[in-house]
Amino acid sequence: MTPPEASTITAKQRPGDRIFSTATLVAGVLILVTLAAVAIFLVAQSLPAFTAVADDFKGDAENFWQYVWPLVFGTIWAAALALIMAVPLSIGIALFISHYAPRRLAQGLGYIIDLLAAVPSVVFGLWGITVLAPAVQPFYTTLTEWFGWFPLFAGPVSGTGRTILTVAVVLAVMILPIVTALCREIFLQTPVLHEEAALALGATRWEMIKLAVLPFGRPGIISASMLGLGRALGETMVVAMVLSPSAIISFAVLQSQNPTTIAANIALNFPEAHDIGVNILIATGLMLFTITLAVNMVARYIVERRKEFSGAN
Amino acid sequence: MNFKRFGVPAVVAVTAALALSSCAANEGGGSATPEESTSTLSGTIDAAGASSQGSAQEAWVAAFQTANPDVTINYDPSGSGAGREAFIAGGVDFAGSDSYLKDEELAGEFAACAPDTKAIDLPVYISPIAVIFNVEGVDELNLDSATLAKIFKGDITKWNDPAIAALNEGAALPDATITAVHRSDDSGTTKNFADYLNQTAADVWAEEPSDTFPYQTGEGAQGTSGVVDAVTNGVNTIGYADASRAGDLGVAKIKVGDEFVGYSPEAAAAVVAESPLVEGREANDLAIALDRTTTDPSHYPLVLVSYAIVCQEYADAAQGELVKSYVSYLASEEGQSLSAEQAGSAPLSSELGEQVQAALETVK
Repeated sequence: MTPPEASTITAKQRPGDRIFSTATLVAGVLILVTLAAVAIFLVAQSLPAFTAVADDFKGDAENFWQYVWPLVFGTIWAAALALIMAVPLSIGIALFISHYAPRRLAQGLGYIIDLLAAVPSVVFGLWGITVLAPAVQPFYTTLTEWFGWFPLFAGPVSGTGRTILTVAVVLAVMILPIVTALCREIFLQTPVLHEEAALALGATRWEMIKLAVLPFGRPGIISASMLGLGRALGETMVVAMVLSPSAIISFAVLQSQNPTTIAANIALNFPEAHDIGVNILIATGLMLFTITLAVNMVARYIVERRKEFSGAN
Repeated sequence: MNFKRFGVPAVVAVTAALALSSCAANEGGGSATPEESTSTLSGTIDAAGASSQGSAQEAWVAAFQTANPDVTINYDPSGSGAGREAFIAGGVDFAGSDSYLKDEELAGEFAACAPDTKAIDLPVYISPIAVIFNVEGVDELNLDSATLAKIFKGDITKWNDPAIAALNEGAALPDATITAVHRSDDSGTTKNFADYLNQTAADVWAEEPSDTFPYQTGEGAQGTSGVVDAVTNGVNTIGYADASRAGDLGVAKIKVGDEFVGYSPEAAAAVVAESPLVEGREANDLAIALDRTTTDPSHYPLVLVSYAIVCQEYADAAQGELVKSYVSYLASEEGQSLSAEQAGSAPLSSELGEQVQAALETVK
């Protein structure tokens, strides 16, 4: 038997094939070009900011790094608080939908969660400032009275409730849908054999979830969280509207002075910025770009590394 | 099911409302009577600048375009600094600005103006700034500038502080922490508020006034509406905002001379009218050095003055004519009463209005 000669078998190139493959190539290249264009714009416009002198900065900052550091801290701090609240809740909702709820209820609940994702962020901002902040303020007051010794809840309490904790709650509500939807999809894909095996060995439903569903879904949970984190890091309107910002680094979550985020700082200051002020704001944008890029790369790395142990393959 | 029954008529109604209401500003109102539309002016004015003038400019533009159907005016409320920058670079025909031109800006060239001519500042918009508060059980509040400065700087933290109590005898001030709300975005309101505190209580408020709130104390909120919301929804709050937006909130009276004075359009216009012009400027430049240290109780020194910055002589004479007629409308009694009605500003005193008109006569 002679080996098949690969070179002789060539599919006839039809116009449709050529057009389609070119179209996908163009689409693929376009996204790279766009990303490169954004990166080049950010770097080029940022350069003057790195050599700016103390007079060009607002507040007490003497150079760019002093100016941007509290903003970087605030961005990560707000997003981390939101993630801490949203992820456990999302996993709970997703498990309820995938493993506990009756089918009809699960479907309805799924729709409602997706609906939450369709609410524009400015609406969340309005809700945060007019409903949530006044509602939680008395609670914050009690919290500082009883737990003021704990650094997170140190006083003096904000009189309006527009603190970073309120912002984190709103952000958590905003990232809830995306994290929940992804987790639900992952949990539904758990091999039925694994689940039945666990149950057959005498595991309760909770033990089955602990043994089969969660280990299988772990990389999925992580990538879902990272997508949520990406949204929380870049969220602008909610933070700009709800937060009472200051250029400080503070872990206290109930005070009037809160570290603000890069995106909100740009939104607040860009309208009146001119000359080098614009370059400084764009340079902070570059920092945000770098942070989100780093977060996504770390998430990829974790997902890649955990894949082998998860039983997904 | 309900949606199907009521949804379709609702959609039709909304669409119709949108379609029918989308007339241009110079079509609407029906006030364009024949004799008004005989205006010979035509062309486009591009302007940019202070957002404080924003709502007044909207009203002015609509009224002016109605009277002059062939004129189009675009006012971009991008901020005073951005407006002045655009004007200097020749991008806009005039700038709205909460501060008059700086000396170094006057020393340079103005691209839109004829070579070797300068720009002039003309006051067109005066707005009192109110100190608003929301404290349970307190309806009236008297403050002097030193106390006000200490509250916003964070030196006074309790409502029942002796300094406040001394100014408000008999008031039931609570033993509660003060939340002082300031603007978190850059604003001419902040600059004028800080300028008042700096002029009248320099030993407390030592920072040079700027658009940015200088201290890392108190609470920040976005925009005038953000401050008003924060003060309204918070507890034991105090803030500052354009007086027209104070609404039902408590408004503090500030000490002028020996009396406590609440804001009024007349008192705000009076302090502007009585203040001297900035020295060392061209004769037609009406930049006002606001005298906030006045002791006359008929004055309310916590005001914001916003200017229209125009060329003394435009490179394009026809464009100059157009800008001249528009700005002259802004400073006219008619224009001032319109902005008082629509934006809650304080009308220019008739004397100052005449000065502006006289300065405009010389604009070419």
